[in-house]
Amino acid sequence: MSELTRTDDSIGGGIEAADGYRLHVNGAAREVTGSWIGESLLDVLRDRLGLYGAKGACEQGECGSCSVTVDGTVVCACLVLAASVTESEIATVESLGEPGQLSDVQQAFVECGAVQCGFCTPGLIVTVHDLLDQMPDPAEHDIRASLVGNLCRCTGYGRIIEAVLVVARRRREGGS
Amino acid sequence: MTITDERTATGIGPRAPRIGESAPRPDGGPKAQGRFAFSSDLFAADMLWGHTVRSPHARAHIISIDTSSAVAMVGVHCVLTSSDVPGRATFGLEFADQPVLAADEVRYQGEAVAVVAAVDADTARRAADAVIVEYELVTPLTHAETAITAEPIHPDGNVVRHLVIRHGEPGPLTNEGVDPTLDGLISVSGTYTVGMQDQAPLGTEAGLAIPSDDGSIDLYVSTQWLHVDRDQVAASLGLPIDMVRLTLGGVGGAFGAREDCSLQIHLCLMALATGRPVKMVYDRAESFVGHVHRHPAVMTYRHWAHADGTIERVDARLVLDGGAYASSSAAVIANAACFAAGPYRVPHAIIDGWVVRTNNPPCGAMRGFGAVQTCFAHEAQMDLLADALGMDPVALRLHNALEPGDQILTGQVIGGTAPVADVIRSCADAPLPDQDSTTSGGVYELPGGAGRTTDRVDVRRGTALAVGFKNLMFSEGFDDFSTARVRVEHGVATVTCACAEVGQGFVTLAQQIVHQTLGIDFVTIAPADTSIGSAGSTSASRQTWMSGGAVLAAAEAIRARIAAAIGTDDITAPDFVRALADNEWDELVEHHHAPTVALDADGQGDAHVSFAFAAHRATVDVDLELGLVKLVDLVTSQDVGRQLNPLQLLGQLEGGATQGVGLALMEEILVADGLVMNASFTDYLIPTIADVCGLRIGAIIEEAEPGAPFGAKGVGEPPTISSTAAVVAAVRSATGLTLPRTPVRPTDIAFGERS
Repeated sequence: MSELTRTDDSIGGGIEAADGYRLHVNGAAREVTGSWIGESLLDVLRDRLGLYGAKGACEQGECGSCSVTVDGTVVCACLVLAASVTESEIATVESLGEPGQLSDVQQAFVECGAVQCGFCTPGLIVTVHDLLDQMPDPAEHDIRASLVGNLCRCTGYGRIIEAVLVVARRRREGGS
Repeated sequence: MTITDERTATGIGPRAPRIGESAPRPDGGPKAQGRFAFSSDLFAADMLWGHTVRSPHARAHIISIDTSSAVAMVGVHCVLTSSDVPGRATFGLEFADQPVLAADEVRYQGEAVAVVAAVDADTARRAADAVIVEYELVTPLTHAETAITAEPIHPDGNVVRHLVIRHGEPGPLTNEGVDPTLDGLISVSGTYTVGMQDQAPLGTEAGLAIPSDDGSIDLYVSTQWLHVDRDQVAASLGLPIDMVRLTLGGVGGAFGAREDCSLQIHLCLMALATGRPVKMVYDRAESFVGHVHRHPAVMTYRHWAHADGTIERVDARLVLDGGAYASSSAAVIANAACFAAGPYRVPHAIIDGWVVRTNNPPCGAMRGFGAVQTCFAHEAQMDLLADALGMDPVALRLHNALEPGDQILTGQVIGGTAPVADVIRSCADAPLPDQDSTTSGGVYELPGGAGRTTDRVDVRRGTALAVGFKNLMFSEGFDDFSTARVRVEHGVATVTCACAEVGQGFVTLAQQIVHQTLGIDFVTIAPADTSIGSAGSTSASRQTWMSGGAVLAAAEAIRARIAAAIGTDDITAPDFVRALADNEWDELVEHHHAPTVALDADGQGDAHVSFAFAAHRATVDVDLELGLVKLVDLVTSQDVGRQLNPLQLLGQLEGGATQGVGLALMEEILVADGLVMNASFTDYLIPTIADVCGLRIGAIIEEAEPGAPFGAKGVGEPPTISSTAAVVAAVRSATGLTLPRTPVRPTDIAFGERS
């Protein structure tokens, strides 16, 4: 962490990291400049680094729309101080699949009707990848327990559960 | 000036599906990858960020506004107040009764007083805090019943609409409530209350306004109705409408919350004042006060029926709290009143409907639109009536169920389909969940869930059914239409329509319609904007019929032109395929539904186009001591006309039912003396994945609706109408409590009145 200097306190939060700082996002080192020291990881990802995949919907860690992983653990990016994770590996939804080539979870979400407005979807995709990495064959109540921090207002969750079960089955059948 | 909006376009759908297929969304991939641009994801070079100064008081006179400190802050580009609005000082969906920026008086907590644009979001927020507004507080008017006769809080008066429906020949009641013709009939009565629900779309209000050198402006925004926003923006900017161009930004859900203007006018004012693009995104707390809500209601009912269960008469008095400004209140009370007795034959009725202004948060559109409130009441009444008659509640409903050719309360004869009995029967006949279905997930499946508070011996189970209905499309003589253009070049079709895709799946449906009609499987959906005529609102379950109908008519016009040229309209004929591929075809259609009329002085008339019906049967487990409820099972049957996309239909049925569960068990904006107490997702709870287990389909009832494209009815709202009533009725069944209020709170169960 570089030293902190007091800048014109009319701009931003008033305290800026003097030389900026570096985050490791999706396997690449990214320089963060112009950020004030209190900025959340969510705001830095979106407004400083142009990674708009994580969404802000509650700013309180209630909705899961901003889910990303920090050193492999799913967190709400809105609750993480960006400048506190300079030594960590951060992965966002943009690291999953390629443009036009969906990950298996993304593919199942689309096929199963788990996407409507789509605002909660990136956070769910990150969370479901993590769930299935840790628990390859979850029962329905495991899925409910794992996704309880991801609010969806459109779907009623039925197609989301279906999508998770479909991915688990395909992974079993694919032997991966 | 460029912005990254290419991701908003839904692109070419690989192999567009046909009608009836469970087609996935063409925008599903980008959304699942986080590459789809919601309105909050837009940016432009040199853009500023806006923030709104809002009243902290429910009612006050504005003595002075001092912007000097805010203006002096480094990074602040403008601070605008009411005197900076160059055109019409007010806006509104039906009546322009709400100040763009309050001048002399504020009428609700959160009313906009000033807007600030600055170099970044945080500077704008702090500059907004630096605007000093001196208020003189006035006691707020917060009781809807009182508001009917109270001193007006607004120049237009407190009563936004008083609608009386007199149906049949209801005799006058004496002071004792006796009509001699009703002697000997069974009568039940009750007063029912519905709390204020929030739409709570996951995407908050967001937009980006970009000024042009010629004084015109582009606004990219999440909305339900681009053209009505454009007209309101243009009026307040004092610009002709062709100098205001709106494009739909990606919409993170709507459910009614985006039918009114929120930040649209403010963004454009700031962009024109600064000559810079301006972006604004509400945070969740601001969103709660930045859009309208579902009307709270107090409804007093009395039903009379013969001993065999035949309903003779229904009287109801409905009082809806519209909050400080009119929004769509006049249409909401019309729906509440027209469908006040439910989908039953009622020979005689008097419905006394009121919607009033108060200093509470403004209320307007939310999924179900007035019918949700009265369904909660009429279904509670039907259960009371069944009990008083000693009848099975399902049998009572079937005995009175509307059929085609019957009249609704407005005297309108149902000319289309009305499979009410099928909807009820198929829902009631679905197998019940196992008695011990709560054991698979262990303690998570008990009331209280992960809180692990419930002892299994204290749990009681209840099951109950409710049915409801509402109109499709706009009513009461509104000239409701949509505009669509289908263009075919090199064998690829492009659909242009200003229909707001808010998650419901119009983009999928438009592809299906063009493929079905012309045999083209490469169908692109152009961005929705105001370069074409209005599509009307994405509300009232109307876009499948209206914009779907417009796309169908445009595609059929192309098909007819080709048929006229080559002598066949068989889309599989080689000549047809060649004619389609080798030429350019372009048709623009404005599609209107059959006209409706205004209600007369007795609330009678053919005011509606079509009706859709749904039933829900809920099973709940209730911890009687702790007042905790666990939804075990929720079965629905719905009248859909025809299924166009079974997967998307399922999504509407499950999602809509879940919002109804929310209103039954947890969702309420708490307002004290006009002040919102729970403007966050920590304090305003919406159902999580653990709260809505066991959603199931009883039956999809398909009877093609005359006049509808492919015979399909809109399906968005009916899932939200009867689900609340069914869940609360199931809690009554489990507990023996009267529970006349929704949402049901733990204290209502623990300390409630026994029936």
